[in-house]
Amino acid sequence: MVKVTLDNVSKFFGKVRAVTDLNLEVGDGEFVALLGPSGCGKTTTLLMIAGIYRPSRGRILFDNEDVTGLPPKDRNVGMVFQSYALYPHMTVYDNIAFPLKLKKVPKQEIDRKVRKVAKLLRIDNLLARRPGQLSGGQQQRVALGRALAKEPDVLLLDEPLSNLDAKLRILMRAELKRLQKELRVTTVYVTHDQVEAMSMADRIAVMNAGKLQQYADPQGLYNKPANLFVAGFIGSPPMNFVEGSIREDLSGGYYFDAGAFKFKLPKELGELISSKSIDVVMGFRPEHVKLSLNREEYSIEGQVYVVEPLGRDIVVNVKVGDMLFKVVTKPGVELRPGQRIWLVLDVDKIHFFDKFNERAIV
Amino acid sequence: MARARGSLRRRLLRAKLAAVIKYLVVVVVAVVPLFPIWSMIAWLLIQSFSGRVILGLIPSSLTINNWRFLWSPIKMGLKEYPNIWPITFNTLLLALGVSGLVVLVSTMSGYALSRMEFRGRTALMEFIIALHAFPSVILLIALFVILNKLGLYGKGYMTLLGIVLIKAGLEIPMASWIIKGFFDSIPWDLEWAALVDGCSRWRAWRSVIVPLVLPGIGAISIFSFLAGWSEFLLVFTYVKDEAYYTLPVLIYHMIGEFKFIDWGMLAALGLFFTIPTLIFFSTSQKLLLRIYVGGVKR
Repeated sequence: MVKVTLDNVSKFFGKVRAVTDLNLEVGDGEFVALLGPSGCGKTTTLLMIAGIYRPSRGRILFDNEDVTGLPPKDRNVGMVFQSYALYPHMTVYDNIAFPLKLKKVPKQEIDRKVRKVAKLLRIDNLLARRPGQLSGGQQQRVALGRALAKEPDVLLLDEPLSNLDAKLRILMRAELKRLQKELRVTTVYVTHDQVEAMSMADRIAVMNAGKLQQYADPQGLYNKPANLFVAGFIGSPPMNFVEGSIREDLSGGYYFDAGAFKFKLPKELGELISSKSIDVVMGFRPEHVKLSLNREEYSIEGQVYVVEPLGRDIVVNVKVGDMLFKVVTKPGVELRPGQRIWLVLDVDKIHFFDKFNERAIV
Repeated sequence: MARARGSLRRRLLRAKLAAVIKYLVVVVVAVVPLFPIWSMIAWLLIQSFSGRVILGLIPSSLTINNWRFLWSPIKMGLKEYPNIWPITFNTLLLALGVSGLVVLVSTMSGYALSRMEFRGRTALMEFIIALHAFPSVILLIALFVILNKLGLYGKGYMTLLGIVLIKAGLEIPMASWIIKGFFDSIPWDLEWAALVDGCSRWRAWRSVIVPLVLPGIGAISIFSFLAGWSEFLLVFTYVKDEAYYTLPVLIYHMIGEFKFIDWGMLAALGLFFTIPTLIFFSTSQKLLLRIYVGGVKR
């Protein structure tokens, strides 16, 4: 097991900047997710760690040893591709044994390792088949087996669950996490699915447009998003945003003016924000709002627009001016479209971002 | 009600009729073009085993006299040609040489054209296909000069080797193009997986990529084998010693030099000429046209 360090790594394809000045440290045995929308450079980053792409600038270190110029075969990494990339002309057994054969492991040793890994992944009854005769979930496990059998220093996973159906995905999520903890192998996991990243990873690196947005543990990302992008990307349904400005009233109190509504702020909060910026974006999560039929302190008045029942929760869309806010609440209260309602915000869980540089203020 | 049912029956009948006509058309289209080819092969077969043929169709008096070239030298008038077996060997040498060289070069060049980024790749590919547009006839004189300078003219097997080089050179452009298409269809993921698993690029090519383009290799090996096997012009022009003739040239001489033509033997020779081709076809088909699917989600 090793510690992986990306030191100011950039990758350009012609004029396209796929990854820019990325600094990242993955601890020994840690499970890190690279999270971001498609085309954000996360797979490129993974391929650089694997050694398939050579960084245009910067260094990649395994345990403080520079591996930037090393070809993939000398890095001892295992990788599961989004497409699985199983060798179609080989049986499952040969697929898993292939990296071991290349390492010149003795035949009996190969056999023992292949069977062990196959048993671990519950594919020991499929060893004689070819990939074309397997289901998606089975292929995925074979791909994982091939990556694990060589006992890699670093395990790289590129959206390994995205081709599975929803039920199997949830099952494999837990399996993968258990396996990673059991084997204690340093793992980098690429995904665009925030639920996958949140549920599996020790730490998450959120990327957008080739740049690292925030690198923190799941709770940190959820509670303290560093900027507007992270705030909007983490959480489902996503955070509600509203642009406005901070103003002082005659009595010295502060309020947030969004045009369609004014929202009174606690004095310390108002002072803190206005000392940094006047033009801000306010954000609050749908689950941090209480609905009330009467005006309360720290509330916004609106109208019920539409109600989406989800079984365990309901999502209420509330119209304020010409803005729509989503609110997650428990079912039970009868709500009619057009009904007048107040959104009571939890003041401690409101986020403010600078409108211009999009960084978090509070 | 009754009228409705009647019309239903009529519609069913019409549908059946339409189906029958459709099948008839398909059968005609599929069978008619085969008919002349098969009838010619049948004629060859009949002709080669009969002493006399009435009206060119009906055989009479069974004989194997037409196949005498298999065990004795061929005499045409005063001229005596070498035994058929050395000539068959020459032909096989030429065909396998061309086939082997084409497969070796085009699997590598096709891979490079498909996978490697280099300046002028598109231009090179267009140029390559333009090369194929030149028929070998117009190159005969220039090639003769080159063969002569290289000392490959009039040197027996060395001349055949020269012809192998020429013929392979003419076949490689198209073969590279064909095999490039096969390489294109292999996803990068597979090659990357091989690299991550511990292959060098060469090893990945050998162990993972080439097995997956076997159908393509099968196709170009058949094409180039046939091209070498039936090559006439180059051998006819450059080989003057009868010991190094190939079958097409020998067959030509059976027709060309004398007024009298032994049709029976010509038919037998023609049939003999097709046998190795058929063997090569059937074996390489079985061996090489194995297509693996799956294992890579797209």
